[in-house]
Amino acid sequence: MAVSPNRELEPMKRDRTPFARNLDTAFVWLTGGFAGLIALLLIAIAVRVGVDASPAMAKFGLGFLFESRWNPVTDVYSAFPQIYGTLVSSFLALFLAVPIGLGVAIFLSEDFIPAKIQRPVVFLIELLAAIPSVVYGLWGIFVLIPILRDLGKGIHQSLGWLPLFSTSPSGPGMYVAGIILGIMILPIITAIARDALVAVPIELRQAAYGLGATRWETILQIIVPAAFSGIVGGIMLALGRAMGETMAVTMVIGNANKANISLFDQGSTVSSLLANQFAEASGLQVASLMYAAIVLFVLTLIVNILAQVVVKRVNRI
Amino acid sequence: MNSNPSPTIDDVSSTSPLIKRLQRQPSSPRTLFNSFMTGLVFVCAACAIIPLFAVLWYVISQGGARLSTDLFTQLPPAANVLKGGGFGNAFIGTLTTVGIGSAIAIPCGILAAIFLSEFAKGTRLADWIGFLTNVLSGVPSIVVGVFAYSTVVLTTGGFSAVAGGFALAVLMLPIIVRTATEALALVPQESRQAAVGLGATRFQTVARVVLPAALPPILTGVMLAVARASGETAPLIFTALFKNFWADGVWEPTATLSVLVFNFATTPYKNQQELAAAGSLILVLMVLTASILSRLVVKRQ
Repeated sequence: MAVSPNRELEPMKRDRTPFARNLDTAFVWLTGGFAGLIALLLIAIAVRVGVDASPAMAKFGLGFLFESRWNPVTDVYSAFPQIYGTLVSSFLALFLAVPIGLGVAIFLSEDFIPAKIQRPVVFLIELLAAIPSVVYGLWGIFVLIPILRDLGKGIHQSLGWLPLFSTSPSGPGMYVAGIILGIMILPIITAIARDALVAVPIELRQAAYGLGATRWETILQIIVPAAFSGIVGGIMLALGRAMGETMAVTMVIGNANKANISLFDQGSTVSSLLANQFAEASGLQVASLMYAAIVLFVLTLIVNILAQVVVKRVNRI
Repeated sequence: MNSNPSPTIDDVSSTSPLIKRLQRQPSSPRTLFNSFMTGLVFVCAACAIIPLFAVLWYVISQGGARLSTDLFTQLPPAANVLKGGGFGNAFIGTLTTVGIGSAIAIPCGILAAIFLSEFAKGTRLADWIGFLTNVLSGVPSIVVGVFAYSTVVLTTGGFSAVAGGFALAVLMLPIIVRTATEALALVPQESRQAAVGLGATRFQTVARVVLPAALPPILTGVMLAVARASGETAPLIFTALFKNFWADGVWEPTATLSVLVFNFATTPYKNQQELAAAGSLILVLMVLTASILSRLVVKRQ
């Protein structure tokens, strides 16, 4: 039974209808549109918040960043204490979390413990990042503050001559915010630093061991320097996260409108100011809060873009 | 060369003074430093894990005591009520806002990921959008809240679950895009080629071959995004706001579990503080379940 080859090819030769072709192209464009939405969203955030902040920008100018008045009664606003508080609490968090986070990253990238135990530990550290901020805040209020207050009183009595510890802790304050932020950014530093450490070529390690280096000489002089930019990228991402973190900080920092050098004093951050006042604000106060939000947005944007560039350079190596 | 059979290490070390000098004693500074640093990183690891267990212990011991069905059927108590009450409205409010957020972010995120991974892979455009996705995920959640306030609350004239859901969607979007892009990239190139070879259109290739294959890891990302959104508080305080009663609709101010925890944790009333702890327990359970489930999905792969 001879079947003509033409007959067999018949169904395959069928051209797509213009409708089907257009539909396919439309699908590609549709997905492209949603991808473009991401870029648009970033621009929209800057523009919308910027436009709503413009009355305050026009009225207070750059003085907003350097003066310490926040008075809804006289309608005069400036946010130096909050910007100061954001930077101090974030850097205090880094000061605590970088050494410990790096230590944990080394601990989890070397074979100190068998892989069977290592994996659950990595998972536990990841869970630390999953706990909601507001839960850390609750724990901070009822567990951390009572412990730290007593500890802080001891430090104030013995080291009170240092400006950093010059006031007596009354409970909430900058130091609690810094410590709780440190706990919250630790998993970020650990995760990214560990990725960077694991990515260091095994030959470097073998060469160091071959030259007679001890395990820690290898880690500190070979592996950490080789992974350095990845570690820096992780630290910067953590800094960005710490600056924007809101709930836990709002619940433990004391929300006082002042910038004191003493870590035991109460303070506030840009995000805690927004969390406390936004829902009840109106008029120029909303615009001023938007202005503060723009400042925070720009700060985190700079830190995040730098972090992305650093991490990207590492990935290319 | 050497006529003797090659000496063992023991022979050399006992005979050659050079090798002997190179051997480290347990008391040498290098060995001591080594042991000290090893001890130090063990302490670091302990320091990192302790807060996790401390937080978990606190929410379980404080919140566990209040765990009952009342929590999910009753309304939050007023400040002067000493006993009882629940957060039924806040629990439903969390489901509503997260549901609205997911309904926006999941389709948008997956479609954007399809573009990045299937149609624009390796192009500059895809690199840029990937970069912007990472930047977007670094935008503080409170700033996203401010953005949602000015786009939704100000234009629709009031606080609402939709405004809260919109803010959550902006936070979920980069997580979904990133995990879905990675998931799609894991699908072997051969299956795409086979589909195209059979005459499938680009849409058919994606919808019937690539997407089903990448579904489990995409679901992982979705679950992580949902977990993160259900714990978010900052973007909800001035978008969904709060309300002590059952919600009348999605265009009304809506109570959420996370905002309830925030409000009640900072009151001086014992009854409300206990509810805050119970609310935290529910939040932590939701988040941990999602994290562990997503971990299991990845493992099964």
